[in-house]
Amino acid sequence: MTLRITLATAARVLRQVRRDRRTLALVLLVPPLLMTLFRYVFDGQPETFDRVGPPLVGIFPFVSLFLVASIAMLRERTTGTLERLMSMPLAKLDLLLGYAIAFALLAVAQASLTAAVSFGLLGLDSTGPVWLVVVLAVANAVLGMALGLFLSAFAQTEFQAVQFMPAFVLPQVLLAGLLVPRDKMAPLLELISYAMPLTYAYDALARATADELGRRLTIDVVLICAFIVLSLVLGATTLRRRTA
Amino acid sequence: MKSYPTVEVRDLHVRRGGRLVLPGISLEVAPGRVTGLLGPSGSGKTTLMRAIVGVQIVESGEVTVLGRSAGAPELRRRVGYVTQEASVYGDLTVRENLGYFGRILRALPGRVEEALATVALEERADQIVRTLSGGERSRVSLATALLGHPDLLVLDEPTVGLDPVLRRDLWRTFHDLADGGTTLLVSSHVMDEAERCDDLVLLRDGQVVATGSPDELRRRTGREDLEEAFLVLAEAS
Repeated sequence: MTLRITLATAARVLRQVRRDRRTLALVLLVPPLLMTLFRYVFDGQPETFDRVGPPLVGIFPFVSLFLVASIAMLRERTTGTLERLMSMPLAKLDLLLGYAIAFALLAVAQASLTAAVSFGLLGLDSTGPVWLVVVLAVANAVLGMALGLFLSAFAQTEFQAVQFMPAFVLPQVLLAGLLVPRDKMAPLLELISYAMPLTYAYDALARATADELGRRLTIDVVLICAFIVLSLVLGATTLRRRTA
Repeated sequence: MKSYPTVEVRDLHVRRGGRLVLPGISLEVAPGRVTGLLGPSGSGKTTLMRAIVGVQIVESGEVTVLGRSAGAPELRRRVGYVTQEASVYGDLTVRENLGYFGRILRALPGRVEEALATVALEERADQIVRTLSGGERSRVSLATALLGHPDLLVLDEPTVGLDPVLRRDLWRTFHDLADGGTTLLVSSHVMDEAERCDDLVLLRDGQVVATGSPDELRRRTGREDLEEAFLVLAEAS
């Protein structure tokens, strides 16, 4: 792995994102707009908005970066640029970390904007520190990106890659405890939820919002990081120097 | 001093999509020369090139490039490969593409401009690649492969769709590179390009039909036209 190549890759990915103005606008503006929608859907139940609002600020980046990353990597595969890179002196980690850095920066912008709108304009309340919600949101974005890079290897077309969102992301959102507390679900589902990365992401966000900054939050964060590393390693195994 | 072949392929078997595309092929590519890999579409040119670059999963056989096993990490800086489709980023400018790949190859900063001049794309340098014509895009791809001063350049149909003047210029560039010590392996399905090569490898159904310089092949077949010479050789084999 070479820092020079990793950073060059991050710069290249950011340049591509910047070129695609429409995608950039969608990534940055859709989460704040959805938060606004939530705010007025729950107009009569402000306490519900205060409960699900902060975790949502942290979950949007997971979903949108998952999609962006899986399409981006699929494109590298289908246009032949991945094969070119793999025939060059570039380590697999240079590519994956380059993507991680670029998309983490994008997530910082997205999460900050969403948090500013939600906590500033929409009157969302958090007992815990708002900066921690933003930090966790960025970690979730990196997690979503790493999963997206890995899973994109199993999609042959963009149609398939897009379907991975409802297939892999929505069940995790349902099982994470956002809609229904996990201990109220069917026991089997609760058991499955322990294996899902988003469960810990949601738990961390809920604890940060409730100002429960203890050992459990630390464990959540460690697990999120472990899932990120695991996904990147799995992602690296799908990058092949030789193909059939 | 005996010069060792830059590429040595021995009894190479490659299966793609269940079909044995290369059923045991052997050949050599001499250093510092332009070797043309000629044959009809589907004859296994691309598969052979992929095996030489080291991106193809092979069933058996040996491929040695610059004294090492094809695909060895040390070769990634020394072998340049240009695929048929321009494998570059369509949403970046020409210069941004070359800048990025140049960083990976540790090319000196001035190298991007040199490569642009070689493929005559200076005026398109700041244009988004997607908006270029097909021929221009494939020149961007070629320029990318030139960045690292590779010892071996493997070019898969690099002149398809180019105008005759540019095609002639590019062949001149190939010979200039060869004069500078680079070994070039260039595929084509157009026989009139055979004339421009130092050596030829004629391929049909994954087998080598004949090898030699254009003049040797003419002498052997008694045909002036290389297309006819190919036919004679193909029917004899």
